[in-house]
Amino acid sequence: MERNQQRRQLAVMRQSLFDQEYLDEQFIQLEELQDDANPNFVEEVVTLYYRDSARLIQSIEQALEKKPLDFSKLDGYMHQFKGSSSSIGAKKVKAESTLFREYCRVGNGEGCIRTFQQLKKEYTTLKKKLEAYFQLARQVGPAETACRPK
Amino acid sequence: MVESGFSSPRSDPFPSGLRVLVVDDDPTWLKILEKMLKKCSYEVTTCSLARDALNKLREKKDGYDIVISDVNMPDMDGFKLLEHVGLEMDLPVIMMSVDGETRRVMKGVQHGACDYLLKPIRMKELRNIWQHVFRKRIHEVRDIESLEGLESIHMTISDSDLSEDGNLFSREDATSAKKRKDAETRHDDKDFSDPSTKKARVVWSVDLHQKFVKAVNHIGLDKVGPKKILDLMNVPWLTRENVASHLQILTEKIPFMQKYRLYLGRLLKENDAKSSVIGTKHADSPSKDSTGIFGHKNLTNMHQNDVLGGSYGFPVANSLVQSVDVRGHEGDQKRNASVPEADMKGTLSVDLPGPHKAKSSQMCFDDSFAPNDSGMNYTSFDHPIPSGYSLSEIAEIHFKQESRPLDLENCFNQLPLPDPQHHIQSEYLQSAPPISSGLSTTKRDASSSIEAKPSYDEYNRGNHIKHFDSFPVQMSESLNGQVFEPISATISNMKSQGFNLNCLTDWESVQRNIYWEVEAPFAPVLQGDCYAMNLGLQNIDFTEYSDFTEYIDPTLFAKVPSHLYDALSFDYEHIFDPTECPVIDQGLFIA
Repeated sequence: MERNQQRRQLAVMRQSLFDQEYLDEQFIQLEELQDDANPNFVEEVVTLYYRDSARLIQSIEQALEKKPLDFSKLDGYMHQFKGSSSSIGAKKVKAESTLFREYCRVGNGEGCIRTFQQLKKEYTTLKKKLEAYFQLARQVGPAETACRPK
Repeated sequence: MVESGFSSPRSDPFPSGLRVLVVDDDPTWLKILEKMLKKCSYEVTTCSLARDALNKLREKKDGYDIVISDVNMPDMDGFKLLEHVGLEMDLPVIMMSVDGETRRVMKGVQHGACDYLLKPIRMKELRNIWQHVFRKRIHEVRDIESLEGLESIHMTISDSDLSEDGNLFSREDATSAKKRKDAETRHDDKDFSDPSTKKARVVWSVDLHQKFVKAVNHIGLDKVGPKKILDLMNVPWLTRENVASHLQILTEKIPFMQKYRLYLGRLLKENDAKSSVIGTKHADSPSKDSTGIFGHKNLTNMHQNDVLGGSYGFPVANSLVQSVDVRGHEGDQKRNASVPEADMKGTLSVDLPGPHKAKSSQMCFDDSFAPNDSGMNYTSFDHPIPSGYSLSEIAEIHFKQESRPLDLENCFNQLPLPDPQHHIQSEYLQSAPPISSGLSTTKRDASSSIEAKPSYDEYNRGNHIKHFDSFPVQMSESLNGQVFEPISATISNMKSQGFNLNCLTDWESVQRNIYWEVEAPFAPVLQGDCYAMNLGLQNIDFTEYSDFTEYIDPTLFAKVPSHLYDALSFDYEHIFDPTECPVIDQGLFIA
């Protein structure tokens, strides 16, 4: 049945997100919060995250164009961004945030810019993957999404 | 957003329906936290701005049980919000951050956060936040209970002998009366579903108290227990809880009183050739320890569960003990050594950044009658001073200074200082050592018996006892009514500065009780002062304590007749020699 295939596909997709470390334990926490009262809770949260963090990304981008770099400001933005990313369990994105902050701390502008590029890549990749995931999830039905990885 | 009702009746048992206010500028986290808290069956209100949160809190006093706030917020520093909440509403506040740096966490704790959570936050961490609310409630109950216990005694006594009516209420200003009412009301309104927090309001009249004391005397100081006392008292309407509470107040909440009474008993004994009527009932070797109202042994037993987590701020006792500690009291050596660096401020003051931090003193006394774990559960998040250190240790550090002659005027004048924290403390600390230096060495007996106990016990009892070691010389002397006036004024001053004078309340009231017994003519004045002070002080946040040395008025320790210096341990009964003081009936522990 196509339904079953879809379910399997969804499960595989989900598992790979964890295996490839795009997502961490926090995502599972979100899944566990999903219930009848909020059947699309996880998707809602992720959507909210991407909407809100977009402006942060923009602020950082603008700040990175100013010369000289205001590391304290950059660090502040990234701190916020990191906090936000931790909310959905965006593992790779978080890792890049931490690295970015480290470069800020030592005042390495080059490092900051480089890291930020990498961060944006991860950020966008995750977004696409999650969009595909949720799309399939909606087709399959809510019950399928809540299962813990190995 | 869910608005919680003003006083929402909860059909489900606590902690269901806990009213939580979440403050976070991150909308994603706000949504997640809201969902998580709802899953815990809590009532959630969300805010993305600190100012909003404060407004909500101010609009609905008593509308929330606990606040969870992020550290980084655009409009206001999370720590600032924390301070505001603690000061204005006295609610437990939990901080959150993605940054788990020790420095920041410490800062949070210093500002009074009762917990610091790291993002990403798990559900299970949120499930347990109710314990902070519960803990606070328990201590409020106990605080009010004990103060009311003292208060009712004063009230009764004042009624019976009030030659100076004006004095009785003269020092209670409107604010304090109102705040006291608020505190009591707040206590009443709180939804105490937990039976252990229920309190029995009993007015311990002089008669009742005398019955109580008779029973205690009859049973024997070391065998006393609420049930036995109750049986002997033969008061039908009195419950075991009433008795236990009263016993608690008299022995644990004011543990240092024991030594005090011992000391005063001695004084009386020396001053008066006649042996006290009461005295004959008890085994009592003045040089031995267990003749305090409930004996050291009793204290030990009763304090089994006492740890640093205490609900009554008697850091004074601790800090003053230091003088003894400093002088090399054996048992204290180990404690001496373990004071953490963090707790030692440069100058001689216990670290007291603010009312929140004062909570550390809370650690010193706990209510062994109450649910045992409440005191024991004081983790570093609950108190600025990590558990394991008693204020005694900290204060001890501060007391390492050479003795200076007591400068009463100085000490007294220094009380109403604008900067509550360090300045006053150091001033008081100056006066403290001389106090101890005047001590006779005989008190070691009493103290040493305490030291054999497990360390935590020592903190409490030993410290208290020693504390009294420091005091007796001074205390006995300050029987003049005049002494109390400045104290009261001082207290009002300090009160107005937002200090928590709870510890002083008990301390002072104890003093006064003792005083009455010793010097009749001053009794009315003392009582009046005491009562006023009780009232005045009660409204202060009970959960915040400061270094006792801030509030102990050195004038109390003014001129002590030399013959009082060699008091060692006092006999409980000696304090209340009826022949010595006509006003003896008004004492706290009179048989």
